[in-house]
Amino acid sequence: MKLRLRHTKLGKIRFTSHRDTARHWERAVRKAQVPLAYSAGFTPRPRMSFGLALPTGAESLAEYLDMELAPEAGPDIDLADLAVRFSAELPVGYEVTHVVARDADSVPSLQEDVVACTWVLTLEGIDAHELRDTIERTLAVPSLMVDRERKGQRSTDDVRPAILDLSVAPATDDPRQHLCAMLATNGRGLRPVELLAAMFPALDPVDTAAKVLRTQQWIERDGMRREIIPAVPFATRTPVECA
Amino acid sequence: MTSLWARVEPLLARVQKPARYIGCEDGAITPRHGPGKVSWLLAYPDTYEIGLPNQGLQILNEILNERDDAVAERTYAPWHDLETLMRERNVPLFSVDTHRAAGDFDLFAFSLAAELVYTNVINMIDLAGVAVRSAHRETTDPLIVLGGHCAFNPEPLADYVDLVVLGEGEEVIGDITEVVREWKASGQTPGSREGVLRELSKIPGVYAPAMYDVEYDGPALRAVTPKYADVPAVVHKRTVADLGQWPYPKSPLAPLTEVVHDRLAVEVFRGCTRGCRFCQAGMITRPVRERPADQVRTMIQNGLRRTGYDEVSLTSLSTADFSGIEQVTQAINPAGCGTSETISISLPSLRVDAFTVGLAGQVAGGRRSGLTFAPEAGSWRLRQVINKLITEEDLYGAVESAFSQGWHRAKLYFLTGLPTETDADTLGIVDLARNCVQIGRKHTNRASVTVSLGGFVPKPHTPFQWFGQNTNDELRRKVQLVREASGRAKGVNVKWHDPSATLAEGISARGDRRIGAVMERVWRAGGIFQEWSEFFRLGRWEEAMAAEGLSIDWYVHRHRDEHEVLPWDHLSAGLHKDFLWLDWKEALAEHGLPDCRWTPCYDCGVCTGYGIEHIVASPVPPAGGSQGTGQDLSRGGEVPVELLPRRREHVPVPATATESATESASDSEAVS
Repeated sequence: MKLRLRHTKLGKIRFTSHRDTARHWERAVRKAQVPLAYSAGFTPRPRMSFGLALPTGAESLAEYLDMELAPEAGPDIDLADLAVRFSAELPVGYEVTHVVARDADSVPSLQEDVVACTWVLTLEGIDAHELRDTIERTLAVPSLMVDRERKGQRSTDDVRPAILDLSVAPATDDPRQHLCAMLATNGRGLRPVELLAAMFPALDPVDTAAKVLRTQQWIERDGMRREIIPAVPFATRTPVECA
Repeated sequence: MTSLWARVEPLLARVQKPARYIGCEDGAITPRHGPGKVSWLLAYPDTYEIGLPNQGLQILNEILNERDDAVAERTYAPWHDLETLMRERNVPLFSVDTHRAAGDFDLFAFSLAAELVYTNVINMIDLAGVAVRSAHRETTDPLIVLGGHCAFNPEPLADYVDLVVLGEGEEVIGDITEVVREWKASGQTPGSREGVLRELSKIPGVYAPAMYDVEYDGPALRAVTPKYADVPAVVHKRTVADLGQWPYPKSPLAPLTEVVHDRLAVEVFRGCTRGCRFCQAGMITRPVRERPADQVRTMIQNGLRRTGYDEVSLTSLSTADFSGIEQVTQAINPAGCGTSETISISLPSLRVDAFTVGLAGQVAGGRRSGLTFAPEAGSWRLRQVINKLITEEDLYGAVESAFSQGWHRAKLYFLTGLPTETDADTLGIVDLARNCVQIGRKHTNRASVTVSLGGFVPKPHTPFQWFGQNTNDELRRKVQLVREASGRAKGVNVKWHDPSATLAEGISARGDRRIGAVMERVWRAGGIFQEWSEFFRLGRWEEAMAAEGLSIDWYVHRHRDEHEVLPWDHLSAGLHKDFLWLDWKEALAEHGLPDCRWTPCYDCGVCTGYGIEHIVASPVPPAGGSQGTGQDLSRGGEVPVELLPRRREHVPVPATATESATESASDSEAVS
């Protein structure tokens, strides 16, 4: 059986990398004694594939992975129970919020399917007025050139097309301002810290981004943007269709 | 004590691999601090990736946290990027478990596995906000403790630490905790620090350098003597008699980020009696104590279940010598882990013979990229000198077995600059490698052999402790000889350790207290992470030696004579000095010495001195190979009669160690 899972990555473990996350999952699956299908070949690997990398240091409410259970897991395995078992074996900060069965071949891989992510950035040293102004200005410009480095290569790119939406996020207990940004992931995409560098060129983007939280990952179906697995809590037991 | 996390967190967005500083490992213990408890900060003075897998630290961390009167946390050396930020923003060194300041602990204990980390120790003490020299510390500063193999000559760090623990820590950490607990209860009144050190120095295995006076005679050391009558003149190491009573770690750590040995480790025995004369580990960890095979199996099963690892490493100084090895490996595969995969077992420190490789092949799972062997010297003559008694047939058998079972790369470890080494011995390395490639080419065209060449550093408490280390130039010449000769040999690659770093290691390894000031100068000049080639510069060491008026030649390259007072003479690993001297003479006479697990005792001093014995389940050597006897046991596995009788009836202490050692030396002549 093929599964798609959604989970959080919050707190201290945000400092682990995307590769580390894959390793956490491999060990958690073994500890939970959930039989996974294995790849063929000289070095069999468990069949798991991970979605878009979350930058090291960023938190998330919407991480995804696919896995394939071995036939001995049976067709009637309790998916809600799986979520609980995985959460128990993963490091503190991971919570598996959704596990859904996935139609065998009709769904593209997570990496190809996702078109955009929504981020909430907690900003250090920026007041409400400045944030509103900067959002307006950024959305108004036709192009926005950014000097950035990717894999050791410097380049100058127009990142405006990758900015799909910007808004002020609702207030929280944290008195700091929160920027909500929907950023495209196709092409070279735009990283949250790169967005801040473009919006606030006079500030240090790493210091400015006190917290980076991914809240949604979006795919497109019939011209409509929708979440991969909508954030309906598992506890409601509402049947959830996989996109 | 409060957590520094709020101050550490903002720094982590700016450093490489921040996961090194967050703790949160699977299996990590939640430390429970409380009034009256003795708090230990256990430190590995290298990066998290290298330090986390260290078993000693994990074991002691658990044992301390199980006690009602103690609590322990861990720390590692922060990488340059974080250290720079910490110093800029006045954030002191912190523990990874709860991010408490290092200076708030009662004891700050370092595990020392290699000499080149000494400057990291000084740096970490400084980062903790504690005076680097012990004489300048305040009463309530942490007691700085050293343990691990390098503690057997801690003199270069003697002025920087408060306590040194010789040998195995399981029991002695409890003894130290109790004395410190009483001291805390008494209020740690001003001036009481010296008193507690004196009290601690009465614990067997504990050496408090400040309790000793050192006298010199020009460049020579005249004596190291206790300042008080109740401080022991010689400190003896601690040894756990029965490993079966210490099934630790019970909660092995599985890190959240990649580390060097990223698998479960289960220690199958301690000690080694093969008697390789260059090997300090083999000398100072005697006698051999095996863990019961049942316990090994249980520890593997529990460890895999708790960590979710699919690979286990059976650790020891020579795992194929573990008498329960086949029992254990057969029981593991497939382990009851509830998945369709199999567990792979890695056997580090492979013995060089076909049997061992066969065993490795059965358990290695799918990963067969390369196998490593350590013949150490290029000729049988020189292997007798160093007592690494493996024959060419052993090596070729091992290599044949490896290539025929699907491996296509072999790595051969060699030392150069060994006592009596001639250019013919050095060039013999290339001959061995070339022959191994030829054997491999019968099985695969991809067969290749990598020769890894390290410069030999004579180590304290070994028969080679009197030997003058080769100079930098001489080591370079030898490396060059091997490189040139191997350039003509297809499929042979050569890697070598930088001889300059070997020289620095030599300064530290046999240094006395005067070398401490050299370490401090190297550290002040920015010389940390000295075992990382990108940060090592010999110039810093040479300048520091010159500034202190000390001669590199005197400390490193000079041969010592029998009566010289060595800087570690007041510290004992149980080996009689005259046994070591005799073994040194035997080495120069090209005589090997057999493994005393399976041959009569030659009284090195350890078993007789400490009233402990080898604990080996099997009275005969495991099948295959020449077993370090120089005899051919590889065909049919028959064990020659001479090896069968089991020692054990004795053990009165002989009048002189010389007699028995002479006897065994002549035995070895008969078998070689």
